[in-house]
Amino acid sequence: MACRNVTVHNLSKVVRYFSQKTAEQESKFVSKMGFLKGKPLYLDAQATTPLDPRVLDAMMPYLTYSYGNPHSRTHMYGWESEEAVETARQHISDLIGANSKEIIFTSGATESNNMAIKGIARFYGSKKRHIITTQTEHKCVLDSCRALTGEGFEITYLPVKSTGVISLDELNSAIRPDTALISIMAVNNEIGVIQPIKEIGELCKSKNVFFHTDAAQAVGKININVNEQNIDLMSISGHKLYGPKGIGALFVRRRRPKVFLEPIQSGGGQERNLRSGTVPTPLVVGFGEACRIAKNEMAYDHAWMTKLSNLLFEKITKALPKVVRNGDDVHTYPGCLNLSFAFVEGESLLMALKDIALSSGSACTSASLEPSYVLRAIGADEDLAHSSIRFGFGRFTTEDEVEYTAEKCIKHVERLREMSPLWEMHQDGIDIKSIKWSQH
Amino acid sequence: MAATRADVLKMYKNMLRESSKFSFYNYRMYALRRVRDSFREHKSMSDPLEIQRNMNEAHRLLNIIKRQAIVGELYKFEKLVIEMQGDNNKH
Repeated sequence: MACRNVTVHNLSKVVRYFSQKTAEQESKFVSKMGFLKGKPLYLDAQATTPLDPRVLDAMMPYLTYSYGNPHSRTHMYGWESEEAVETARQHISDLIGANSKEIIFTSGATESNNMAIKGIARFYGSKKRHIITTQTEHKCVLDSCRALTGEGFEITYLPVKSTGVISLDELNSAIRPDTALISIMAVNNEIGVIQPIKEIGELCKSKNVFFHTDAAQAVGKININVNEQNIDLMSISGHKLYGPKGIGALFVRRRRPKVFLEPIQSGGGQERNLRSGTVPTPLVVGFGEACRIAKNEMAYDHAWMTKLSNLLFEKITKALPKVVRNGDDVHTYPGCLNLSFAFVEGESLLMALKDIALSSGSACTSASLEPSYVLRAIGADEDLAHSSIRFGFGRFTTEDEVEYTAEKCIKHVERLREMSPLWEMHQDGIDIKSIKWSQH
Repeated sequence: MAATRADVLKMYKNMLRESSKFSFYNYRMYALRRVRDSFREHKSMSDPLEIQRNMNEAHRLLNIIKRQAIVGELYKFEKLVIEMQGDNNKH
């Protein structure tokens, strides 16, 4: 058998490497954050962003003395809350180029995605039984689609290219006469890739298929205009753009074409009958203010993200060989930098970097040791998918924080690689992939 | 009455002083950076109406900064690692 021998020396290093790892894991649970001097830096902006002080300032009156139910029609408490809600609705629609009547408040992007996908499928389901989405969507989109499979719908999960971008030709050929909906996210939460939303929108319009986009990571960060980009439904989240948690919105087009949805929630008929339940005034006001700020600050924030992202990437790649950026070089939101450090296990690096709040991918799946399905979908090698870390910057991230992160990251990658027998073999010029590991 | 050069400078200094009172590192650094950058950006503004409009907005923001810095002081929270290592936060 053409198999390279792993030397005894290397094997003992393998054993030491793994026993070290469990010791590190244990110490993590013993110490928690106890030995750390100070709170970790926050570089996980795709999971959530801190509330902007300007947003909290706008919310405060509605968290205290302006507590009316915005649906109360008979007194001033209700009227002032209603007015605040409508002003916020206007701010949100201004940011995305919509009409304020097209904004439906929800609890967040997960609910918006569920509402859009299931709502369209169930309303148009008697004639149209097919939905197209991509393999790199957020869990809640994929799971909504899976739920619809149980109701007899057919789902096409489009693959993506190695950059993470979909192929328009493949999308075009996947469309069938009974396709009800195409759901493709605007900015990916793990690798930051921006999909060609405008082109997808045009294609959908020409084929008379509804186009839904999960824009939780995009709105307020890159330019989104529902009319220019022919978007029919769009999910937005409050806490990804420095607003409060627990609020989001679904944009539902009212004209050319008018989109109908089967509501999920039954009740008092609020939000054009699409989402019953009292609208949470303080959260909505905060969300609206966050959108107003985002519109004014988009260019300024984007320039800052680009600066930080370049700083981190250049510092790390200058010091470390074999670092791969996952995703596209050009069509990417700079506030999300996903790097794979070859020969380093992502989880070990995350543990070593405990003074920095980072994640290897989506917060929803960070508990499992499975490599990210997004990285698998872009064709990353299994080992590279295991060695990835996502750096997420926000408006409040400082240059000092990024430099601190780069230094720590370089130090620990070097240390972990030194311990790794695979790295040593790579240094010796052995192609790891050519090894056939055999069990004795 | 239009804002004079001295008024603008006074506002700039006030905003920086109040911004530096944010006890949360990230809010403080952002506020300082944002204030400096917007005054720099509008340095060559000459239209009195435009200047007044911006001064009104600055006044609104100054009040927000003052209130929010107080809110930040009301609750105790741990400092960040980067603040514990010395000179990083002295700008």
